Amino acid sequence: MSASRTFRVLPGFRLTLGYTLAYLSLIVLLPLGAVFLKTATLSLAEFWTVVSAPRVVATYKLSFGMSLAAAAINAVFGLMLAWALVRYAFPGKHLIDALIDLPFALPTAVAGIALTALYAKNGWLGQYLEPQGIQVAFRPLGVLIALVFIGLPFVVRTVQPILEDLDTELEEAAASLGAHRWQTFRHVILPVLLPALLTGFALAFARAVGEYGSVIFIAGNIPMVSEITPLMIITKLEQYDYTGATAIAVVMLVVSFALLLLINSLQAWTASSGKTGTGRDR
Amino acid sequence: MSIQVRNIRKAFGDFVALDDVSLDFPTGELVALLGPSGCGKTTLLRIIAGLEQADAGQVLLDGEDASGTHVRERQVGFVFQHYALFRHMSVFDNVAFGMRMKPRGERPSERQIRDKVHELLALVQLDWLADRFPTQLSGGQRQRIALARALAVEPRVLLLDEPFGALDAKVRKELRRWLRKLHDELHITSIFVTHDQEEALEVADRVVLMDHGHVEQTGTPEEVYRHPATPFVYGFLGAVNFFHGRVDGSALRVGDDVLPHASQEFDAGAEVIAFARPHELDLVPDEQGDAGEIGVGARIARILAFGVTARIELDGLNGLGGKSSGQHFEVELTQQRVAELNLAEGQRVRLLPSRLKVFERNGTTGASA
Repeated sequence: MSASRTFRVLPGFRLTLGYTLAYLSLIVLLPLGAVFLKTATLSLAEFWTVVSAPRVVATYKLSFGMSLAAAAINAVFGLMLAWALVRYAFPGKHLIDALIDLPFALPTAVAGIALTALYAKNGWLGQYLEPQGIQVAFRPLGVLIALVFIGLPFVVRTVQPILEDLDTELEEAAASLGAHRWQTFRHVILPVLLPALLTGFALAFARAVGEYGSVIFIAGNIPMVSEITPLMIITKLEQYDYTGATAIAVVMLVVSFALLLLINSLQAWTASSGKTGTGRDR
Repeated sequence: MSIQVRNIRKAFGDFVALDDVSLDFPTGELVALLGPSGCGKTTLLRIIAGLEQADAGQVLLDGEDASGTHVRERQVGFVFQHYALFRHMSVFDNVAFGMRMKPRGERPSERQIRDKVHELLALVQLDWLADRFPTQLSGGQRQRIALARALAVEPRVLLLDEPFGALDAKVRKELRRWLRKLHDELHITSIFVTHDQEEALEVADRVVLMDHGHVEQTGTPEEVYRHPATPFVYGFLGAVNFFHGRVDGSALRVGDDVLPHASQEFDAGAEVIAFARPHELDLVPDEQGDAGEIGVGARIARILAFGVTARIELDGLNGLGGKSSGQHFEVELTQQRVAELNLAEGQRVRLLPSRLKVFERNGTTGASA
């Protein structure tokens, strides 16, 4: 280091980093570490038996599969919602804007009960859907609907500010250069929105994987059909099988972490490709 | 390609942006739409481009009605004030965009695209920036890239919306000259919008002056500068002094003062407004404030004696009483003349116009004295 020092607004690097690490350890790493420690009391073979039981494997598929699907659905419709809210003026716009955050605030159990009441065999919607052969409650489809519901705000709220900053002149420029609507969306708008969209997707996904309250009511928790992994953990806990519960939790954590890392690196890559990349070959 | 607009009307709510505007833009000319902000010039440009729809009237491109044609089919190159470059694309990809968006059948091969992009980048003298991203460029460079991008689709007309508005004075001046040169090479029918009269007069073949949604005057830069058709045009094209007065035989009564005025165009007693540019006024000392002498009384407020000529700011005086009339004048004299008159701040003088442009009040007829 040379003698000259640059001025920084925030206090020193060491203090900030030290605080960050201490805080993160206390709040996040310590509880998670305990999960791994508890699991370590199992032998590898025991661990494998617990986490690879067919009933448990079925919950992984349901939880991760439906979470990814719900996040994908939210990415598409959240983008549309954000678009409508940013680009158009219509009566009740502020009301709708406020409504979007409701899934954040609502106790998840309330959401679950409400959804079940709607989609159950004798519910408002269920009574019409059931005769059509569409069973929602107590089926994976019900799980999906609950996860879509709770994940909705994430994509809208991450994409909205970026859309607000997006100049309509860019679209006009694209149109004047002969681009059709789809081409303008695909080549001009989407690349700008993609990092935010991926962040929203990751958040919605993470939330969906860990969701418990709103899902268990509508899922009906039928083994091998509509049980989610968090429910499996609770079930183990209720049977005082603490190590079994933490073992499943470890699998969830590792898979979630891997998926989030993947999404985040994808996000970082799309965000940087517009600024520092060297472009395509000439 | 020629452009004609016929009886264009456009309103935003209660605000009438364009009121029955008809104009001809002949092939190959570089025309400036000049006016203060809010005069409708940008709206007109956007209607010609198809980015905005007129409430009534037609846009004819090459004699064909284009009113129902979408922007992307009009083959117009549009350059925005704030460049509107695609930030996530390199300069090369920005310029190539229009060609890559063409339907498969018409799309040139990547090789042709590459050649064309480099040709255009060479034309705007920025070939060495092909790999950069827009954020890494200066404002002037960005605008030249935006121009290259617009030219890549071989537009029939080029429309520029305040192309140099966001640039600093020095770069603006440079780009102005460069745009003129480029136009002389390409001869593509071009319209550019500006609120800077110097820019319009310097660059354009023809100038269209607009105010409040109306066309005030059309003509070559020299025509509009030398023979402004309306008080607005006179005032907009440069610094100006004006005198409210009444025609009285061969004189013009301005309050208690008198200015010579030879034109017979106005009836006796007509209320008129007379204009003179700063360099068209001379000063004569007037210590006593004599009544009846020719010239308008004023007091020197400030003498700015730097530069080739000296600029003198004056406060108007109200006839005999010598009280301030609240009006201000600006006179430009040679340094020699200032020394000769031995002018000082606070001194009483008379303003003598060498040339007056007189308009009837609330009218548009004009005459030079």
